[in-house]
Amino acid sequence: MAANEVPKIGLDKYKYDFKNPENYYFRVQKGLSREVVQTISEMKNEPDWMRQIRLRALEIYNKKPIPKWGGNLDDIDFDDIYYYIKPAEKMGKSWDDIPRDIRETFDKLGIPEAEQKYLSGVGAQYESEAVYHSLRENLKKQGVIFLDMDSGLKQYPDLVREYFGTVVPTGDNKFSAMNTAVWSGGSFVYIPEGVHVDIPLQAYFRINARNMGQFERSLIIAEPGSYLHYIEGCTAPIYSEDSLHSGVIEIIVKKGARIRYTTIQNWAPNVYNLVTQRAVVYEDAVMEWVDGNIGSKLTMKYPAVFLKGRGARGEILSMSYAGKGQHQDAGAKAVHLAPDTSSNIISKSISSNGGRASYRGLVKVSKNADRVKSNTRCDALILDDISRSDTYPYMEVDNATARISHEATVSKIGDEQLFYLQSRGLTENEAMALIVRGFVESIVKELPMEYAVELNRLIELQMDGSIG
Amino acid sequence: MCNPQKLLEIIDLHVSIEDKKILKGINLTIHRGEIHALMGPNGSGKSTLANALMGHPAYRVTKGKVIFKGQNILKMSPDERARLGLFLAFQYPTAIPGVTVSNFLRTAVNSVRNEEINVLDFHKRLNEKMKMLAMDKSFTKRYLNDGFSGGEKKQSEVLQLVMLEPEMVILDETDSGLDIDALKIVSSDINKVMNENMGMLIITHYVRILQYIKPQFVHILFNGEIVESGDYSLAEHLEEKGYNFIMNEEQN
Repeated sequence: MAANEVPKIGLDKYKYDFKNPENYYFRVQKGLSREVVQTISEMKNEPDWMRQIRLRALEIYNKKPIPKWGGNLDDIDFDDIYYYIKPAEKMGKSWDDIPRDIRETFDKLGIPEAEQKYLSGVGAQYESEAVYHSLRENLKKQGVIFLDMDSGLKQYPDLVREYFGTVVPTGDNKFSAMNTAVWSGGSFVYIPEGVHVDIPLQAYFRINARNMGQFERSLIIAEPGSYLHYIEGCTAPIYSEDSLHSGVIEIIVKKGARIRYTTIQNWAPNVYNLVTQRAVVYEDAVMEWVDGNIGSKLTMKYPAVFLKGRGARGEILSMSYAGKGQHQDAGAKAVHLAPDTSSNIISKSISSNGGRASYRGLVKVSKNADRVKSNTRCDALILDDISRSDTYPYMEVDNATARISHEATVSKIGDEQLFYLQSRGLTENEAMALIVRGFVESIVKELPMEYAVELNRLIELQMDGSIG
Repeated sequence: MCNPQKLLEIIDLHVSIEDKKILKGINLTIHRGEIHALMGPNGSGKSTLANALMGHPAYRVTKGKVIFKGQNILKMSPDERARLGLFLAFQYPTAIPGVTVSNFLRTAVNSVRNEEINVLDFHKRLNEKMKMLAMDKSFTKRYLNDGFSGGEKKQSEVLQLVMLEPEMVILDETDSGLDIDALKIVSSDINKVMNENMGMLIITHYVRILQYIKPQFVHILFNGEIVESGDYSLAEHLEEKGYNFIMNEEQN
């Protein structure tokens, strides 16, 4: 069976729910204050301009109200969260260099193995800091940079200063402001002109501590004609207390470049996952977001493409599974700011066991953007009578030449489908799993094989026990 | 001891949908190697029998027994019945988008065998069987019944039949929606599959299919009861006189 032939990539529900003792090198006090922000900046020994950005972001954060749309954010106790935990004194040069329990965590998650077998580079973040980063030598020689964001800031301050906050402004939303104030870790990636990174880079984000807030900040710059596939995975152990993950990802795709950014998020069911990810896409460039949301208590996440150059293209594939106690408010944003730009949005959501899956999307066409094409298709599958699915498509079209289409379907697994498959020997559970797998196939097939296998397994695990 | 040749025994079977009584005491015994045809007009309960035998949850058995290979299967779920060797070729097979024929067949074969078939062995077998049925290889890459023509749906059912190697086969209106060429192909495929260990029940409205798959026994279902049984000549008789004749005979 294929599942045994490929290495595990460490998102398995039963594998990820393990906890290490909370040994940390340094931790700020709970809550978010000017003092906490100052401390983080000092710990990192940052340039003053970054400290100023953080402090200004804190002011903006404090002024912005909590969003009233999307999911229920009222139950988050923002004062009961640690905004910065430094797990180890310094980052390891090799896996052997990092504290044993942390190393064992990533071993269990299969990251060093994946690094050997099918990745160009790996970043591993534990709590607030990267503990390990690697990149194949041949890519380094071609000028590719893949670092954690803090090291990126230290080694390439000019690049960071030029682009930081240009794609997602601090004040974009309350959580982008929060992230800007307390960000730590994340990836800094630079792909020089014409360089193709054919084997994916992967960053893995792990929360171990309870009441943890993780605020990674990533910046990816693709010079003209370059190519990159970047994969992000996230897990955490299950606690009864809530944790918060609020990342900001900024991507610049220059002329003729192409980036695919794949997320497989399997946070524990006590994690609020509030992420802003956005790409600006220039002339004839392509940005593809592949977004898989399996875990978390509440996810609010709408990968965005800002199509700024003529002929730019954006693809957003979103897959979410909302099980018991979960709300996946996921979607996409395509903003057409130039002529001949196109976007394609496909969303597949599954809700079961009382879960709620929402599609929320925006397609916007500016006045000067002639001949825009945009297709949206969202399909929802509801597995039982107690689960819920909603669709919130928004369109703002200011140019009459645009061709916009939107298609939405909601379906329930039918008795006839189940009976048909059962009559071929599949148990009810197997039949459901097969139908669901077929439902998400168009998205899963876009993933590298190892991830596709793992995602299918995750979905089956999610479904376990969801059938009475 | 039950007769070892006896494969399927339906005893006084009563079936309702919601509160409507559809089948009112069906008795039918099928031995290994036998082909039976069950004919009847629309609404006589033909498909109800097929669905009830396979265990569709909407069809409620209110009385009677169904003994398959010596076991009463009425308490079994549809998948348990399938694993025991019962197969229903559907009149209207449902589409399962996103699931390829090949993927589905492998899952189904593994399920009825209760062990995992080696992937290479599976594909070898699938290729052989498709060759036998003169089916195009690309068929296996399509999504199950999704956008299939009427003929393709029926061919896909026969392919499943061949791959799952059941002992008792029920064909529910397999001839419906097929033009004469497609009917010939599907019938010839079914004849290739039939053997002396197998039992077959062909449910049909028309005599047409029986000209290609010759049953030894023909039963006429009317208003939830088998009103007449005989050999193949009964089908010919029916072809000549039509259902109205039988129905009138019944009502008088």
